[in-house]
Amino acid sequence: MKRIVVGIKRVVDYNVRIRVKPDGSGVVLDGVKMSVNPFDEIALEEALRIKERGGAEEVVVATIGPSDCQAQLRTCLAMGADRALHVLSDAPTEPLATARILLKLIEREQPFLVLLGKQAIDDDNGQTGQMLAALWRRPQATFASKIELGEGKAQVTREVDAGLETLEVDLPAVVTVDLRLNEPRYVKLPEIMKAKKKPLEALPLESLGVTPGAHLTTVRVAVPPQRQKGIRVENAAALIAALKEKGLLTS
Amino acid sequence: MSASILIVAEHDGTTLGAGTARCVACATTVAQAEITVVVCATDASAVARQAAALRGVHRVLTVEHPIHAHPLAAAIAPQIAALAGPYTLVLGPSSTFGKDLMPRIAALLDTAQVSDIMAVEGPHRFRRPIYAGNAIVTVEIPEGTKVVGTVRTASFRAAGAGGTAQIEKIDAPLEPPSHTRFVSTSAAKSDRPDLQTAARVISGGRALGSAEAFQMLYRLADKLGAAVGASRAAVDAGYAPNELQVGQTGKIIAPELYVAIGISGAIQHLTGIKDARTIVAINKDPQAPIFEVADIGLVGDLFEIVPQIEKLL
Ligand SMILES: Cc1cc2nc3c(=O)[nH]c(=O)nc-3n(C[C@H](O)[C@H](O)[C@H](O)COP(=O)(O)OP(=O)(O)OC[C@H]3O[C@@H](n4cnc5c(N)ncnc54)[C@H](O)[C@@H]3O)c2cc1C
Ligand SMILES: Nc1ncnc2c1ncn2[C@@H]1O[C@H](COP(=O)(O)O)[C@@H](O)[C@H]1O
Repeated sequence: MKRIVVGIKRVVDYNVRIRVKPDGSGVVLDGVKMSVNPFDEIALEEALRIKERGGAEEVVVATIGPSDCQAQLRTCLAMGADRALHVLSDAPTEPLATARILLKLIEREQPFLVLLGKQAIDDDNGQTGQMLAALWRRPQATFASKIELGEGKAQVTREVDAGLETLEVDLPAVVTVDLRLNEPRYVKLPEIMKAKKKPLEALPLESLGVTPGAHLTTVRVAVPPQRQKGIRVENAAALIAALKEKGLLTS
Repeated sequence: MSASILIVAEHDGTTLGAGTARCVACATTVAQAEITVVVCATDASAVARQAAALRGVHRVLTVEHPIHAHPLAAAIAPQIAALAGPYTLVLGPSSTFGKDLMPRIAALLDTAQVSDIMAVEGPHRFRRPIYAGNAIVTVEIPEGTKVVGTVRTASFRAAGAGGTAQIEKIDAPLEPPSHTRFVSTSAAKSDRPDLQTAARVISGGRALGSAEAFQMLYRLADKLGAAVGASRAAVDAGYAPNELQVGQTGKIIAPELYVAIGISGAIQHLTGIKDARTIVAINKDPQAPIFEVADIGLVGDLFEIVPQIEKLL
């Protein structure tokens, strides 16, 4: 079966203004709205469009995380994913461990394409896709803004600092997606009902035979330095005067 | 004990990227750092000379292979991993080049990566932003563990000139995989200052309303010798090309002067400008969040104000 696997992370919703815990041990997550990482929604949307065009037969979403992640997997099923895999892990996994676990799922599912977000907006690591591709010894195309599938290969346009770059990669490959790839669909109510019947398989981490391992320890989490309150000016002339005063318009 | 640090050079074949000198600056903040820069290129000589001239660099390694005409992570990563044995820290800039490449190296080395290093607190301790810069985390790796990092270039001033490092060529470069091929690039060469290193940046948002209106910002920028930036909304709407996007998913910049015109100041945008020395905001909504971070705010219609500024300059 021609299959696409999409990696999904449950993260604090992008509209939430997070707060750092006063004891510096982390950020406040209790009672905070959680969502599918926005980049992962885009990855899923792309997978669904590929399937709708006849380029794939099945779209499988996978997440590693605590039992609460079920809600986000259901959202993905409601968007149109066929199946969901949930590797249960109460402790957050570092990107290298996440990549190792995803590789186990890939070995089982044998996808021709793996789509991930370019970064998870909680830790802003931006590592998992590249690490997965390395461990899998397959090509990677990061920051995709366009994906064109061909016979056994894909052309991927990437958003790089200088502009756009196009790569050709043999399949299977890992592609991480950027914001301009597509605009994810809205989920309609009937789909949410239907999604309740779709298969969601929970896999205990131990059953996969990977020990996540951790390299990094968090020493402390702090509030970033705040900028000092500025001034208001009334018009263009006053603005230019203020800039000159700061020595910013000498040349 | 000295810390041996390997830095992967970013370049375009002839010129060393500005981010590399900032990686060197970051590396020099590690106590007793011994810094090696590695250049993968088809012909590495010009870039290697520039790297060798950076103050703080002890040695430059060159790897020459035709595959390195374009920076492919799949080709560079195994080469760097093969060289990384003696080093405790392997660094690259957190540009799209480094973001693409460094995690692939880390996985091949079976080690963790610390992304967007903004400060070195000790040989095994680093500070980095999370949640779009709304929190700063200090992380530690166990002593004796190799670690890979990307350097948040906006946090460091480029290392200066004055280095006299030796250049050594690696004789037998690895045979790269053939599964990844470069096709094309759209990189537009521009005479304007580079957004990432410019001292002044004029940025426009959704309020500009059209690509034509953006021309007004280019004129202003040219008068000031500034680079032009944009919000995601302006890029998405097609008013400006994607390489101008500033923010969490665009460029993180630290100019002396940042002028935000018709930009509301969403957290994802502010992430990109936190290190700007002076922020100026022009917005018709006095409640716009951009004013919370602006050093100088001007409430009004940009279509009146920008032409006035242009005339007064
Ligand atoms: C995962 C994720 C990543 C993102 N990454 C980025 C990123 O990297 N960079 C980024 O910029 N955004 C990013 N965004 C988007 C961000 O949330 C905002 O949507 C975006 O920054 C808004 O752009 P804007 O300020 O131009 O538009 P708006 O928010 O629409 O603001 C327009 C502003 O113009 C003002 N205005 C209107 N008319 C005039 C006038 N005539 N004169 C003066 N002022 C006027 C309005 O008062 C308003 O404040 C990201 C979002 C997500 C979810
Ligand atoms: N716990 C997880 N479970 C499934 N996929 C993940 C997980 N963490 C990260 N990913 C995927 O990897 C991408 C990059 O994440 P990161 O490297 O953490 O920034 C995300 O956008 C997801 O697609």
